[in-house]
Amino acid sequence: MKTNDVILKTVTRVAAVIILTFSIYLFSNGHHHPGGGFIGGLSMSSAIVLLYLSFGVDKVRENIRVDFKKLSALGVLIAIGTGMAGVIFGKPFLTQTFGHVDLPIFGDTELASALIFDTGVALAVIGTAVNIILSISEDR
Amino acid sequence: MFYTFIFLPLISALFVPLLYKYFNRLVHTGWFVLVVPLTIFIYLLQYIPGVAAGDTYKYTLSWIPSLDMNIVFYVDGLSLLFGLLISGVGALVIVYSIYYMSKIREALHNFYIYLLMFMGAMLGLVFSDHLLVLYGFWELTSVSSFLLISYWYERKSSRQGALKAMLITVLGGFGLLAGFIMMIMMADTYSIREILANLDVIQNHALFIPAMLCVLLGAFTKSAQFPFSIWLPDAMEAPTPVSSYLHSATMVKAGIYLVARMTPIFGGSSVWFWLVAGVGLITLLYGSLTALRQTDLKAMLAYSTISQLGLIMCLLGVGSLAVYFGASDSGTVFGVAGFAALFHLFNHSTFKGSLFMVVGIIDHETGRRDIRYLGGLMQVMPITFTIALVGGLSMAGLPPFNGFLSKEMFFAAVNEVSQAGIFGLSKIGLLFPIIAWIASIFTFVYCMIFIFKTFGGTYRPEKLTRTVHEAPWGMLFSPIILGLLVIFIFFFPNVLGKYILTPALTSMLPMTEMSSYDLKISVWHGLNLELVMTIGVIVVGLLFFKSSKRWIQAMRNYPQGLTLNHWYNKGLSGTERFSTSLTNGYMTGSLRSYLIYTFAFFVIVLLSSLLLLYGIRFDFSNDAAISVFDVGLVLAMVIAAGTVLLAGNRIVAIVALGAVGYMVAMFFVIFRAPDLALTQMVVETVSTLLFLLCFYHLPKLTKQIERIPFKLTNLIISIAMGLTVTLLALSANGHKMFEPITSFFENAFELAGAKNIVNAILVDFRGFDTMLEISVLAVAGLGVYVLVHQRSKGREQHENE
Repeated sequence: MKTNDVILKTVTRVAAVIILTFSIYLFSNGHHHPGGGFIGGLSMSSAIVLLYLSFGVDKVRENIRVDFKKLSALGVLIAIGTGMAGVIFGKPFLTQTFGHVDLPIFGDTELASALIFDTGVALAVIGTAVNIILSISEDR
Repeated sequence: MFYTFIFLPLISALFVPLLYKYFNRLVHTGWFVLVVPLTIFIYLLQYIPGVAAGDTYKYTLSWIPSLDMNIVFYVDGLSLLFGLLISGVGALVIVYSIYYMSKIREALHNFYIYLLMFMGAMLGLVFSDHLLVLYGFWELTSVSSFLLISYWYERKSSRQGALKAMLITVLGGFGLLAGFIMMIMMADTYSIREILANLDVIQNHALFIPAMLCVLLGAFTKSAQFPFSIWLPDAMEAPTPVSSYLHSATMVKAGIYLVARMTPIFGGSSVWFWLVAGVGLITLLYGSLTALRQTDLKAMLAYSTISQLGLIMCLLGVGSLAVYFGASDSGTVFGVAGFAALFHLFNHSTFKGSLFMVVGIIDHETGRRDIRYLGGLMQVMPITFTIALVGGLSMAGLPPFNGFLSKEMFFAAVNEVSQAGIFGLSKIGLLFPIIAWIASIFTFVYCMIFIFKTFGGTYRPEKLTRTVHEAPWGMLFSPIILGLLVIFIFFFPNVLGKYILTPALTSMLPMTEMSSYDLKISVWHGLNLELVMTIGVIVVGLLFFKSSKRWIQAMRNYPQGLTLNHWYNKGLSGTERFSTSLTNGYMTGSLRSYLIYTFAFFVIVLLSSLLLLYGIRFDFSNDAAISVFDVGLVLAMVIAAGTVLLAGNRIVAIVALGAVGYMVAMFFVIFRAPDLALTQMVVETVSTLLFLLCFYHLPKLTKQIERIPFKLTNLIISIAMGLTVTLLALSANGHKMFEPITSFFENAFELAGAKNIVNAILVDFRGFDTMLEISVLAVAGLGVYVLVHQRSKGREQHENE
């Protein structure tokens, strides 16, 4: 994936920021508005793939030092961990709970344990999607 | 609280790698691990007074309550006996292993993780009341046993031994699962306790006998009963602490536990009696006879374990007659046999555990385990010799050791059974005492061989690889404790009997009324038949031992072709050849064939279930009106799909396929499902990208003319696939087979605090699905990574050559 496309690179510089921001928005708003861990993770991985496409694997790897295999494993661990948290409190496995907190800037905010679960989902999705695409693209 | 202690081994296994990494240079990892069984043992001790007074305790941990899958732990006499054995022997074995396993050379973290995994599984097994949870722990013991046997995996014999143990015990495990499922179907409950509460339903059911046979298959394979016993000698490839713990004191007793647990359900039927007692008796004879011709000390102990397990099994079978007789005099007599089974089970754990540790010491200090090289070790290892003497004489059934007591009770039980006069026993019942007596003679002889061929005779240091001296104290500690127990139990058997064995018997035979007078173990019964039998065993055994040189050689020449192992090997290689040819028959390496299998399976299963369950039913009455947009989108999709078919090169096809996907996303937009539209859009983008990447590896699309059958198959499969999906989608709408779950969605905000229903479904209502989905996703990702990188690695190696 080594190209020297000026237009693509310039567009990517801007677009990647927009996509990344949007994906974080999608992820964090998922509980009440369209979005969620799966879609947030997927759009984030599409942004990462876009970076890979335009700047090449080596350059991106230098700057994003994340092992995506470990990321996906971490995601699954987080998801299972939130499930276990319920067990510790004597509830069935994977029981989710939520509560409302008054935060200084955000006002009345709902905090849900489902969000942590969703983080696991997002990380697993990012890790897997990027991992698969990278593996196949490196196979020459 | 209770489950914290039961899960403690599994939880602490997580920390073993860290402890090994940071502290192993200073402290042997075993010292940390030792804390676990010790804590559990002390915790379980406090249940003894309550359980001895007849109380039981039940602890429920919700797991998947909607499916009635809960981890229910039930503490009664039987499970407490096993729990104490597992944690107690576990602690001793770990102390022993600290000195046995070198801290420098061995991969200790692996060893202790496997060991803790086993301990957790075993504790879970004996305390579970839920049948399926019990089964899960049962298989986990098989898996951890596999890992422990293959601990020195660079040795071929270790790997083969592990495989053999795995194949045989998992075969039994499947049997057990089938048996449990039948029991669940019959009683309509998962709980052993509830099954016991309504026994009539099960006992008059047509599946009673099949379920019993399946459960027994599981118990017999696990407890190495004839003819499944062949895995146990090969399992001796494991490090000696493992052999001492898993393959003599605990895991092989899981089958015994199961039989004891199921006795109130299945006992009392003649099939159960004949299978359990008969197979036990045959195993007793087979094990003791085969042990005689072994030259490897560990193999000898393995066969002796098989034989002793047979003895316990036989006693359980005899004990099950108490269920038949109920609360009567005969019932009490056979109840005592069940008591003897539990007593011998405990005794066996003490003396056999110490004997295995003695063999480990000999192996460790001399570098040899073969009695043909050993001899005269009495002079150099006096303490080890004393322990071996105590353990060996106890196994032979001599006073003043605990083996004598349970052996006497065993003789009493087989004498009683020959006069029971039911189940056809009046004709061939006499076989029981005769076979038991003969097997006891063999047992006596191999115990003598074990003790005196190793420690007696002349000392020949030139045959040994190391200079021999007494073992370090740390290694002697555990066998000394066990040896002291052996003697202590002989003098004070009723302490054990009253507080631990009697409550265990109560949970095994709840219907029999036993007074404490019946269950009193006494050393001196007066001059009765049992004592005469024991004296006979000693006299004949000594004669045999004196003349052993002559006939043992003859036994070692027993033809290999007639052994069970030979048949196992033949069967294994035959199965492998068969499965290779079968697999090669359909694994063609062509993607097209695999797609055909997948689609054909999909079509056949779905279409047939739709037809068989009368699922094809259309209901268009509630459908929304079709708008202009819909028509336009459908037309566009048809055109795009047509382009895929007719495209002359792959890029066009891929882009057109992407177009179909985006069109679907448009549909979601029209139907106001922004979540789905977004997801579909991104998935489509990413998968088109993947396609383009794979495109690099694909051959050029050529317009060659394929043969007609080839095209015809494609046509049929694609039409069938399309038809199935269409029918499925249409009938899904027209159906009200199950109760609607709309109330969940309507109340999503109250139930899950989510205004977005889709998200509430994903993370809350169906969180389990999502969790498993991402697990599958992650595993698939790793699979792709491994496949691709293995391939390029292999290619690089190829190029370098």
